[in-house]
Amino acid sequence: MTDFYDAQRAMRSMRKAALQRGVIAVLDVGSTKIGCLILRFDGVDRNIDAETVGPMAGQSGFRVIGSATTRSRGIEFGEIVSMPEAERAIRTVLQSAQKLAGVRVDHVIASFSGGAPRSYGLAGQITVEDQFVTEQHIAEVLSACDVPAYGEGREVLHAQPVNFALDHRSGLSDPRGQIGKELSTDMHMLTVSEKSILDLAYCIKRCDLELAGIASSAYACGMASLVEDEQELGSACIDMGGGTTSLSIFMKKHMIYADTVRLGGDHVTRDISMGLQVPIATAERIKTRSGGLMATGMDDRDMIEIGGDTGDWEHDRRTISRTELIGIMRPRVEEILEEVRAHLDAAGFEHLPSQQIVLTGGASQVPGMDTLASRILGQQVRLGRPLRIHRLPQAYSGPSCSALVGVSLFAAHPQDEWWDFEVPAQKLGARSIRKALRWFKENW
Amino acid sequence: MRPLGTRYTNVHDPAPSRLSYRLMRFMLTPLLRRLVFYGIPGFVLALAVGLYFADEEHRENLRAFADDVHRSIIERPEFKVSAAQISGAGPTLEEDIREVLPVDFPISSFSLDVQEMRKILVELDPVADASLQVRDGILFIDVSERKPAFVWRKRDGLELLDETGHYVRSITARMDYPSLPLVAGEGADKNIAEARTLLASAMPLADRLRGLIYVGERRWDLALDRNQRIMLPAEDAVQALEKVLILNDTQELLDRAISVVDMRLSERPTLRLNDGTSSVLLRQIKSSGADQ
Repeated sequence: MTDFYDAQRAMRSMRKAALQRGVIAVLDVGSTKIGCLILRFDGVDRNIDAETVGPMAGQSGFRVIGSATTRSRGIEFGEIVSMPEAERAIRTVLQSAQKLAGVRVDHVIASFSGGAPRSYGLAGQITVEDQFVTEQHIAEVLSACDVPAYGEGREVLHAQPVNFALDHRSGLSDPRGQIGKELSTDMHMLTVSEKSILDLAYCIKRCDLELAGIASSAYACGMASLVEDEQELGSACIDMGGGTTSLSIFMKKHMIYADTVRLGGDHVTRDISMGLQVPIATAERIKTRSGGLMATGMDDRDMIEIGGDTGDWEHDRRTISRTELIGIMRPRVEEILEEVRAHLDAAGFEHLPSQQIVLTGGASQVPGMDTLASRILGQQVRLGRPLRIHRLPQAYSGPSCSALVGVSLFAAHPQDEWWDFEVPAQKLGARSIRKALRWFKENW
Repeated sequence: MRPLGTRYTNVHDPAPSRLSYRLMRFMLTPLLRRLVFYGIPGFVLALAVGLYFADEEHRENLRAFADDVHRSIIERPEFKVSAAQISGAGPTLEEDIREVLPVDFPISSFSLDVQEMRKILVELDPVADASLQVRDGILFIDVSERKPAFVWRKRDGLELLDETGHYVRSITARMDYPSLPLVAGEGADKNIAEARTLLASAMPLADRLRGLIYVGERRWDLALDRNQRIMLPAEDAVQALEKVLILNDTQELLDRAISVVDMRLSERPTLRLNDGTSSVLLRQIKSSGADQ
């Protein structure tokens, strides 16, 4: 357990060093595209009057100086399946972003959606002996959480205290300085498979970069796409990517649940490819240019050239109506959304006070997605796009880049995680004594 | 999986090679970047220029070229000054000016130092002030000449002075300037202002006045015809002169046989009679006394 703790602490100090240098890269490793933004932190918000504007939802204080995307290769379902190809893809995107920025970047914060994320709710309780609750107590109560056995080969990606309670007063976001006896906390922990993290870290290391942080792309999308009151009152952000559809549930400005459905826009493309017997690239073009989910009478007359270069005139001249295309796409999208619905139900989403659902990601751009989603997921569905950040290029302001923007916000203003607090001394001491005892037992 | 050991010639993949990626990152190192973009080109340029001009012939060529350019500019007809036109000076003074000015026409207006020329002109004795101007290729010299106001008789000749007492020129005959008053005596030019006020006060005696004599470099004498002389004090000479004039108006003092009216102590005017007059007067006084 201390391994990941130390690794995360190391990444936090790396991030601090990167902010000192003022340049950091954020990388979103997706199944269809890999995007990279290079951020410069030069205190833009020094000119902004903090009294009047407020913290600007965290999107001030840095600007984008370089950006690039490239087609993914070697990545499926958000996980690296071919290391050399993934490394080449990451290298491509980093080189073009650095070229655009004109600066060298040494630190990168990455996000990915794979690794089968699993959410755990943790609770811990301690008795406060002193009069006031101090930071030390918070660290103690976080350490007092009983960590479930999340299994071999898994790693903690996020561990955020969501709620504090002090003597039956619950819902405290920051109990420091308050007076009480019993301090308890609820913590949300997200684990992913260790292999996916190690693969990503290795690819980044091969590009001569230091990893300064890892985020789940579900979390990043929620940070970027949900507005403040949605994050506060309870909402779900559904990031419909190419290989995976990840969902994150936010409540009181904290992520309380994240999960991934291993279905995405690529499956829709593959259905079209199989249904129409066209190559994947053609199917992708047909999907993005003419795709839809809600058929109308007009769509029967809207004929789409399929094209092809087999040399067979009859085969290359085929046309289909848009209704037929919708007939291929819609079942698959419905399947994805129903799967999402099942995950939301499993997470107990219906118990939240507000049940706003925000769809974002590249696959959410299909016309008619909001109508279809509101039939399956509930009435409060909207299409989300990421926050605007300083100097973000227009091409990156669409929903397909919300994870990228979310990681930028994560890089600038990360929420407190478990490893941001000092390890309580006695706990560490007890652990090392236990370790020594175990060593004796094993060797004598 | 991509086959091992083959080059990716047919695969569309824009990925840079590891080497080019590392090279680009190396080139983006801030110090190196500055060195490559500014340091090395600057050094090479400086080196090339230095090596080129290490050769004396090249330096000479550059200097000649610069001189050529300079000359071609200053010798343009727009800058040529072909003549000088002098106004406000008499013929002799004009000749003097032309002699003293160190210019040979035609000349470029760049090589004319007008300030220096004005200084030279103003140092000439007959010139009170001068203004020089280059216009339409001609040097206009506007001179105001000193006006002679006094003739100063010195031991070694006659000089003309202007009204400030400044030397104008030497003359040979006093009668060339009969209208100018005559002054004499050492250092008369130093106190010519007082001479002017005295002259103005002595207007009633103008037809009799022969000249003013500066005595002992401190006071003035008025010399009248018939060898009469009015000796004035160093202080308040004008008041003393006016006293004499009043005496003259009331008692025809100067028409009498008096050679000197001595006002050096102005509270106590003293008269000196002509030679011989005193004995005649004495006799008359005696005889009138004998009659009684």
